[in-house]
Amino acid sequence: MTRRTIGSWAVMTLGVLYFFLPLLATFEFSLRYRRGVYSFEAYRIVLGDPRFHETFLYSTLLALATIVVGVLLVVPTAYWIQLRLPRLRPTVEFITLLPLVIPAIVLVFGYLRIYNSSSILPMTANDRTTDLLLMFSYVTLAMPYMYRAVDAGLRAIDVRTLTEAAQSLGASWGTILLRVILPNVQVAVLSGAFLTFAIVIGEFTMASLLDRPAFGPYLQLIGANRAYEPAALAVITFAITWGCMALIQVLGRRAPGKTAGAH
Amino acid sequence: MSQTASAPTSPPIASGAPPRRFTWELLGVLPFFLFAFFFLILPTTFLIVGGFQDAEGRFTLGNIRDLSHPTILKAYWISIQVSTASAIGGAVIGFFLAYAAISGGLPRWVRPTLMTFSGVASNFAGVPLAFAFLATLGRTGLVTVLLVSLFDFNIYRTGFNLLSFWGLALTYMYFQIPLMVLIMAPAIDGLRREWREAASNLGGSAVDYWRYIALPVLWPTLLGTTLLLFANAFGAIATAYALTGSSLNIITILLYAQIRGDVLHNQNLGYALALGMILITGLSNTAYIVLRSRSERWLK
Amino acid sequence: MGLLEISGLQKKFALSTAVEHFELDVARGEFVSFLGPSGCGKTTTLRMIAGFETPSAGAIRIDGVDITRRPPNRRNVGMVFQSYALFPNMTVADNVGFGLKVAKKPSAEIGPRVQEMLELIKLPALGSRYPYQLSGGQQQRVALARALAIQPKVLLLDEPLSALDAKIRVSLRNEIRAIQRKLGITTIYVTHDQEEALSLSDRIVVMRDGRVEQIGTPFEIYNFPRTGFVASFVGTLSILRGQVVDPGRGAIAIDGQEILASEGLAGARAGEVRSVALRPEIVSLHEPAGSGNRMRGTVEDVDFLGSIVRIRVRFGENAVSLDTFNNPNATPPQPGQAVTVSFPREAVLVLEGPATG
Repeated sequence: MTRRTIGSWAVMTLGVLYFFLPLLATFEFSLRYRRGVYSFEAYRIVLGDPRFHETFLYSTLLALATIVVGVLLVVPTAYWIQLRLPRLRPTVEFITLLPLVIPAIVLVFGYLRIYNSSSILPMTANDRTTDLLLMFSYVTLAMPYMYRAVDAGLRAIDVRTLTEAAQSLGASWGTILLRVILPNVQVAVLSGAFLTFAIVIGEFTMASLLDRPAFGPYLQLIGANRAYEPAALAVITFAITWGCMALIQVLGRRAPGKTAGAH
Repeated sequence: MSQTASAPTSPPIASGAPPRRFTWELLGVLPFFLFAFFFLILPTTFLIVGGFQDAEGRFTLGNIRDLSHPTILKAYWISIQVSTASAIGGAVIGFFLAYAAISGGLPRWVRPTLMTFSGVASNFAGVPLAFAFLATLGRTGLVTVLLVSLFDFNIYRTGFNLLSFWGLALTYMYFQIPLMVLIMAPAIDGLRREWREAASNLGGSAVDYWRYIALPVLWPTLLGTTLLLFANAFGAIATAYALTGSSLNIITILLYAQIRGDVLHNQNLGYALALGMILITGLSNTAYIVLRSRSERWLK
Repeated sequence: MGLLEISGLQKKFALSTAVEHFELDVARGEFVSFLGPSGCGKTTTLRMIAGFETPSAGAIRIDGVDITRRPPNRRNVGMVFQSYALFPNMTVADNVGFGLKVAKKPSAEIGPRVQEMLELIKLPALGSRYPYQLSGGQQQRVALARALAIQPKVLLLDEPLSALDAKIRVSLRNEIRAIQRKLGITTIYVTHDQEEALSLSDRIVVMRDGRVEQIGTPFEIYNFPRTGFVASFVGTLSILRGQVVDPGRGAIAIDGQEILASEGLAGARAGEVRSVALRPEIVSLHEPAGSGNRMRGTVEDVDFLGSIVRIRVRFGENAVSLDTFNNPNATPPQPGQAVTVSFPREAVLVLEGPATG
């Protein structure tokens, strides 16, 4: 037994080194703005950069829109599939796998060709519609995770019985979805929401090709032109992503009918 | 599943004739299918069809033939290599990490910590990741400098360069390993302790256990997840763009350049490029799904 | 000198002691059960015999050879697990033959032996099936065949029937016993089900909190339990508390009524509070025969169980359960009815130690 434990600790230590040294190095690097002395100058510059504010705000707003549309799209669908249309489940699950199979760059390539100014649906005609297109792109990216989270959440509560109870009390479908189902899967929805946020904030390919002022392209720009600021940005981004994920884990432990564990 | 969709079974509350109820349900999932059509199926089909057309819209296999252009082939090949390297590396290391945390006799808190961290790290990619590795293994990176000052060992003198094929593969592993850990953990959980004990009780050594029981049970998931990792790396671009820029011409970067500025001077060739990518990631993921369902059947 | 000798076995964990002072000699071909509630140490002891736990102290010998420090794959004991533990990626035949394959026996030898085992468990046609295609009962039989295929010196079974339906449990346990008898293999059987232990074993080891309470044949354990725990764990019992009146005569007063115990009160002192136990089949509703004990009480409850009628009679603080066979010609008494119960002096089990139950 002890020989195995030594081996396990060895593997773990190597793993920890591999995963933490880069984080440490980035942090250390981000403090080196002022020659010879450690300071948070790089952070001050980054956080004071108006482009940082603009792009971060833009991405945040877009993320929120993505989350709302995503929830509106996914929750009723998952609900109907579980309740009434189990035969369509394989089809829907196949669809939720597609964004994972088809690379994002290919998808946005398709969007640019189909929805450009000379097509029936000119979504790239102006900034607002392009924003809309970008949002739908993000919904596509986040959809597999959102669907899986909500589906699991619905499975943990007895959807059929809850619905029948609500119906026998006279509720309409809208009321059922809004007042009965949604509150009971809000943990799952929130998990999906935080994951969506993390995805949208860092996304580069789609935003860059659709030429929108999102956070991802901003990161690339700074990365290409500056030395210490990208490191500070990397630390900030990592903190945000980590924050989102930690929240998901914490939420996951409080979900009804679920025990703690990774997704 | 006791309820079927199409049979007009007695509804909980009568709200119109059965056929109307039937349409109501489909209406409920219509937005989703519309969305899937406009943002998944249509674009993909468009690209695939476009790959087989020429500039005037006529059917041609010319684009497919043009894929054999050395630059393009090289781009595919490099992508395949980087994806394979990071997939295998990620799979092996990820497996050992997961196994160590779950069955390795370590304290209880190690596993949840590893899982949480893997959940975060599997999403950490793009510029931040590229920069993290530059700060670690770049020419003036922390580890590079440390190795020189502590052991007088300069990794760059051995020919290593972060901004290269191996550097990219190493960087990719930062999100490949956690993904492997996340997917393998339930599979390793599925290796029940009693099998190990039964094997031992019947006279088998640790080698016998792994050879006859553990690996046979695990290999579909192992292989399948490696393929998933492969597809994952194949479609990635942001990290490579930030790290190696256009110096390492992987297929996604080539496609990016093509979308931006038609560097290939042939629109439809771009579609063919995309088609090739879809084919490769599609095959990979299909194999993953097939292998997954196969192992699930055994472990019912 | 038995086939399996366990002496001074002990297992300590950081915060608790799982097993202590475990001594047992098992004769060749004997069927011994470890019986007790969850957490009593019976499974830990079994796992120490199998080699999956290392004892903190003590020794285990099989056929004279000390195997205490041997790794589990070199002990030649066969183990049947509660969860069957069949290897899911192998057919039934491969599972049964696994021990032989690992011992590098030639395949010409493995094939016939596997078939022999399959016939022993009466599943000769299922060799090419996979575990997931079998029922629970079938899987457990295959597990048994697998353990027996390597011709172990000792067969260990860890609550093998707990995961099965009640009906299968009874038929399968009889099958296990029949196979064990046929092969004459020394067997240790862990269970928390006292009916299983009573019906299957040559001897039972009753355990509690890591210690052995009593070792004996089923007859001995049931009729002459040495402690209150054994008495109450095995079979149903009524436990009565009273004050010792006269240790010389064996007199003890239960709720003011004096009864005599033919033995067991010798070391007591007058005035001490003691517990006695009575088996339900020993108490009757008739007047005592000869010098038997008699007590008056009120019927509290009547349970018509079919062939048995179980009646509870209350005296005061104490009550006794008595079983009587159903008699279509005599209606059972009604609750509230005053009755006389009697039981012989020899049937009064004085329980060791201060008042328990």
